[in-house]
Amino acid sequence: MKQPALFVLALMIASPLAAQNQDLGQPVPEGGEVETIDEGEGLSGTVSFDGNLDDLGIAIPGFATDRDVATPANSSGTAALGKELARVITADLRNNGLFKPTGPDALPQPSFGEITAPNWPIWSNRGAEMLVHGYVRARSDDRLTVGCYLYDMALQQELVREGWVVPPADWRRAAHKCADIVYSRLTGESPFFDSRIAYIAETGPKDNRTKRLAIMDSDGANHRFITTGRSTALTPRYSPDYKQLVYLSYVDGNPRIYVYDIGTGRQTLISQSSNPTFAPRWSPDGRWILYSMAVGGNTDIYRVSASGGESIRLTDTPGIDIGGSYSPDGSQIVFESDRSGSQQIYIMNADGTGQRRLSFFGGRAATPEWSPRGDQIAFTHIAGDFNVAVMSPNGRNMRTLTNGWQDEAPTWAPNGRILQFFRTERNSGKTGLWQVDLTGENLRRLPTPVDASDPAWGPILP
Amino acid sequence: MNTRIATGLMLASTIALAACQKKAPEELPPPPTATPAPAPAPSGPTVGSQQHFVDAVGQENTVVYFDTDRFNIDAEDQAKLQRQAQYFNQYSGVTFTVEGHCDERGTRDYNLALGERRANAAKNYLVSIGIPANRIRTVSYGKERPVALGSNEAAWAQNRRAATVTIG
Repeated sequence: MKQPALFVLALMIASPLAAQNQDLGQPVPEGGEVETIDEGEGLSGTVSFDGNLDDLGIAIPGFATDRDVATPANSSGTAALGKELARVITADLRNNGLFKPTGPDALPQPSFGEITAPNWPIWSNRGAEMLVHGYVRARSDDRLTVGCYLYDMALQQELVREGWVVPPADWRRAAHKCADIVYSRLTGESPFFDSRIAYIAETGPKDNRTKRLAIMDSDGANHRFITTGRSTALTPRYSPDYKQLVYLSYVDGNPRIYVYDIGTGRQTLISQSSNPTFAPRWSPDGRWILYSMAVGGNTDIYRVSASGGESIRLTDTPGIDIGGSYSPDGSQIVFESDRSGSQQIYIMNADGTGQRRLSFFGGRAATPEWSPRGDQIAFTHIAGDFNVAVMSPNGRNMRTLTNGWQDEAPTWAPNGRILQFFRTERNSGKTGLWQVDLTGENLRRLPTPVDASDPAWGPILP
Repeated sequence: MNTRIATGLMLASTIALAACQKKAPEELPPPPTATPAPAPAPSGPTVGSQQHFVDAVGQENTVVYFDTDRFNIDAEDQAKLQRQAQYFNQYSGVTFTVEGHCDERGTRDYNLALGERRANAAKNYLVSIGIPANRIRTVSYGKERPVALGSNEAAWAQNRRAATVTIG
């Protein structure tokens, strides 16, 4: 008799939690550690090439292996994995639009010994100015060691080298890290390939869209759905350490912000208030979450500790104050407000003091996002059509980067050189993720399994 | 011990019942008949169901519309909300939701807040003419649930709305 009673009580206690979690799919395994290893001293000569980077030819043959052995990362073995690594690097560098890479399928395969001593004559007549070599070795603990070398063909000299130990499931991260050192060495910019994107996957007709929280690597690989689509999910953001996602869900019938823990698959409400909450954002150090809450129709911005507790209201004007993005040093916040009568961009100190308007260039300005470099603020400029634009943090030097019908909600690459956003098509309402660099060139669509919106690009993976 | 079991089971069955009621499909109204039905043959939609509400006030009076980026209740909206209030005064046990919506030509976050503002504007007017606030729930769907699917001014005007839906 005791057993059924306990069972009923347990059910009753569990039900509110179950309701909160009823839209969640299987938890996603957390990524493993990637360890950087010492590849010894590389020479660091000056790059010989001085033309446009988009004319720069880079040869990327398959990575060599000392011993072709089976690995959980590739059933065909480490030799096949070496080719895959080179393909991922080639795709990264090509899609970035800056270089002209040639991948392993059009090139001879170097031997293991040649990785640190390139066979120059083989490569010199292929029209490439740069040569990427690398190797992959299976360790006894199943992990992989991957080395990456960049050579200047004209100088026949090594420019940079680095190596990593990765769990087999994270082999693509080694390729992204290699693409990152090549990109960084040749452009002088910070890396960005080894990062992830959270976004909303969309399916179904315009008046009955299914919207699911999803995550993927920066190149679209390792795609995973977090929610089942039973409830509408919107506007996700990765925590800076990639351990949590904050997003909006209608799982209890109202728009409310949840913090989803990726390792445990559990989620919690950001505020116990019954008022609707929207537009969640992390502080750069991950200690705070900004969100907006409507009380009696009036929306203000609040700040709460990422570990929970009392919320602090930062704005108090009548109207809609929403969004918010911290400066990289955490001292200031750019946000959106219609206190002047239409959506415009404002700035304030992190404690809510010193609020003043930044945008004075005609039209409306929405969804400001501070660049991780600190030198630009990206936003949605609404002047007839919706387009992605940037300005200096003092509100000057506004530049429009896209020319779509509805390009919305820019998010920065970790290095602050590329913006991702979503584009909605007129009438059909179909959506997709796009990216553009700060020159306004190199616009491209990021392939996703289904329609996609609300992208949020995380920092370089820890 | 026994009381606890009984209470637990009772509560559990109440929850189950509540869940059943919510999910039960609405009955369709019977086709109109020429002859008036003899005395108390209770047919037609249940009091408080959305169909009953729509039949009583007229579909056109269940939704108020807004101009771009606006949330004010104009004279036409007031007339509609007054018609709704008559119904809710007559059936004082009925609770309902005002859903705020926006057109697609707005950014996502802002539209969620604007939809909430529209739902509250309609709610506040209903409260000002005597409907108790605790009978009115608001929810914003932003631009997530359009009724008109085109990308033109006529469709957007249809989507900038606050729709009243009974909690039946």
